[in-house]
Amino acid sequence: MSLKSKLHNLKLKYKGTKMAPAFNAIHTFLYLPDETTHSGAHVRAADDLKRTMNTVIMSLVPCLIFGMFNAGYQHHLALGEIEAASNGFFSSTFWTLDNLTIGLWKILPLVIISYGVGLAVEFLFAVIKGHEVEEGYLVTGMLVPLIVPVDTPLWMLAVAVIFGVVIGKEVFGGTGMNILNPALTIRAFLFFAYPTWMSGDKVWVHGAVERANEIAGGAQLDAISGETILGGLAQGKNIIGSGDATYSVMDAFYGFIPGSVGETSALLILLGAAFLIFTKIGSWRIMLSAVIGTLVMGLIFNGVTNAGWISESSKFYALMNLEFWKHLIVGGIAFGIVFMATDPVTASQTNKGKWIYGFLIGFISILIRVFNPAYPEGVFLAILLMNVFAPTIDHYVVQGNVKKRMKRLKLKTA
Amino acid sequence: MSKDIRIRKGLDIKLVGEAEKVTSEATKSNVYAIKPDDFHGIVPKVIAKQGTEVKAGEPLFHSKTNENMLFPSPVSGEVVEIVRGAKRKILTFKILADKEQQFADFGAKDVKSMSGDEIKTHLLASGCWPFIKQRPYDVIANPDVAPKAIFISAYSTAPLAADLEYVLAGKENELQTAITALSKLTEGSVHVSIGKNENSPFTGLDNITSHNVSGPHPAGNVGVQIAKVDPINKGEVVWVVNPHDLVIIGELLLTGKFNSERIIALAGSSVKTPKYFKTRIGAEVSSVIYDSGVKDNNIRVISGNVLTGDNVKPDGHLGFYHDMITVIPEGNDYEFFGWNKPIFNKISPSRALTFSWLFPNKKYDLNTNTNGEHRAFVVTGNYESVFPMDIYPLQILKACAVNDLDAMEQLGMYEVAPEDFALTEFICVSKQPHQQIIREGLDLMLKEIG
Repeated sequence: MSLKSKLHNLKLKYKGTKMAPAFNAIHTFLYLPDETTHSGAHVRAADDLKRTMNTVIMSLVPCLIFGMFNAGYQHHLALGEIEAASNGFFSSTFWTLDNLTIGLWKILPLVIISYGVGLAVEFLFAVIKGHEVEEGYLVTGMLVPLIVPVDTPLWMLAVAVIFGVVIGKEVFGGTGMNILNPALTIRAFLFFAYPTWMSGDKVWVHGAVERANEIAGGAQLDAISGETILGGLAQGKNIIGSGDATYSVMDAFYGFIPGSVGETSALLILLGAAFLIFTKIGSWRIMLSAVIGTLVMGLIFNGVTNAGWISESSKFYALMNLEFWKHLIVGGIAFGIVFMATDPVTASQTNKGKWIYGFLIGFISILIRVFNPAYPEGVFLAILLMNVFAPTIDHYVVQGNVKKRMKRLKLKTA
Repeated sequence: MSKDIRIRKGLDIKLVGEAEKVTSEATKSNVYAIKPDDFHGIVPKVIAKQGTEVKAGEPLFHSKTNENMLFPSPVSGEVVEIVRGAKRKILTFKILADKEQQFADFGAKDVKSMSGDEIKTHLLASGCWPFIKQRPYDVIANPDVAPKAIFISAYSTAPLAADLEYVLAGKENELQTAITALSKLTEGSVHVSIGKNENSPFTGLDNITSHNVSGPHPAGNVGVQIAKVDPINKGEVVWVVNPHDLVIIGELLLTGKFNSERIIALAGSSVKTPKYFKTRIGAEVSSVIYDSGVKDNNIRVISGNVLTGDNVKPDGHLGFYHDMITVIPEGNDYEFFGWNKPIFNKISPSRALTFSWLFPNKKYDLNTNTNGEHRAFVVTGNYESVFPMDIYPLQILKACAVNDLDAMEQLGMYEVAPEDFALTEFICVSKQPHQQIIREGLDLMLKEIG
């Protein structure tokens, strides 16, 4: 008997039992189900939710791989074991097996914990509530390891994932019903529950925390600087730029900078964005308008500093004075715009609404970034905020359509 | 006032098995069937009890709410069985056809000299009224409410649809008579939408306002055309009639006979030699499909097109409104890693490792597999790309799903019919039953608002 018919028989056996959703999840992972149309159109297009989610995962893979190399690269660089990558994106000191080994060692466990814990919660809820295991977590589970610092303790991640999946999604009824982006809910939980692990100058480079503890314990070692780019920029240091800057603009664009695992490479995020737009899975409206929003806010701040409305001694001056376009290549804003803001469930659902929603995400991200250096990155808060407002935006967009219809009726009856 | 209707949003579903333009006489069916379910919302009251001899055009039943609305027998013969289902609901009237067809004589009429009321009474009495449907609600027209206009779509864009130019050739006289009659039932015009560059039998008819339509499906849906020409507001009614039904109405007025004969297309990838057949309403599907031959036993026989037709099974009958039968393979099989491997043999609106965008003119052999499981609504923005009306499809579907009457009304429920949501249903990533959701929403509105 073939695997196909064996699984079919098992499916019939489990049908109607508590374990049916769990079995179906595994079965439909292997085989597209034998379900046929019952009402309405007799034929259906090829896309299903699994394919859609899979496309998003594929667009994230380059960022994940780059993140692994970067974790090792930042580690070795901080220890002074290697030279800074200097000759373009394919720099020989970056793409080394040594770097990858560190990355695999540090990041694969994050991926495994994220998927393992998250899917366990999903399966549990599916079995208890008797609905199918939905695909939303396939993307969330991939996003989570990419938006946390590399040294995040695994138990912390597990707790956050449970919180995020249960409170962020399952209490609302599962994929498609949630108000907040689950991955960002997990990030927000980590940020507010364990702030020392999520920001500061010790978390962005693998080994920095460990080394600091060793030094505190009396070891004669040099501290590893794991400073955040944004933190440094806020203090007015020349971090991104030319001359004696720590990183060149191209370094930041390629992603050879410390940061959360997957967020550093603007180049690969751009590649992912291109893939999502080409496959028509991601909304180009949100991406474009969010980039515009970012640039507009950046320009406004540049204008404020140019006009001299704010003194150089102000603590906001440095970030305000950052060239507007540099906002896009530092911090997590590019990653957030492309992969998080475009989540169709939590974003605006109307095309017009998407323009407003995206624009405000870019706009508010920079606002938070500049005015609240305590939160070195504003994008996750901005997206969560706009998640909450997305239904309101949609409401007004749809009301526009309703009003048009009412007007037409009035013209007729008048 | 003629208008050019150009539709950009939409999707032509190109399938293999288009009917060749050859018409054969279908084998005579023994038994013809009329299914009250074809007339949505009508509760039948039996007139011709089991064993009654009826002539073609004589009523089988009338509507419970309006006993003047008669539903005719398509042939002469004996009512051999009235099949009932749960709660004694009438499922089918089966008529054993006579060898020699006998027609009830309703009298030839001179349409030009008749008044609107006379025409209405005549159509009701002769069983032609059910051919006239109305928007809103997509049900048989209420004879007591005059429509603001009548719309006829003479442009077919549905997958594998019968070529109206071919099917209606030589029927200009009947069409003209029917249109003249209908034009007396409305103060507005009779709008006929004709495909651009098509040599339609409707061009040159009198008493019509013709519009040139172009663009992909659903450009041929009458609802889309109404929305572009003269959208329906609350309280307004528009009537719609299928072109092939106009022929029956026209012939009745000209000759006094209710002649249910029509040329239908037999199409679909499972048909060996897809072509046209001359047959009657309610004929056994087997009388045409086994003539042309089917390729497999695991097939779905659809009365109508693949987007909106009814699953009638090989022993079923041609529906009252349908002018085609489609036969496609059933898709009740598993596909290994079907959700992530590259797909070349199915249509997809996206490019997510699906490659139908590379071959815009390729014809596909689609089966009835859903290509995925039912999910909550997740993806947004894709329905809009195939939905040319100024309506928010996702929002109106959600309003229907939660029975929010106010929202349904505000969002434009009076303008839509289930068939307008066939394409959004086709591309739906969450495999939601859009047409069913809209149908139930319309039924609720009809019940609560009326």
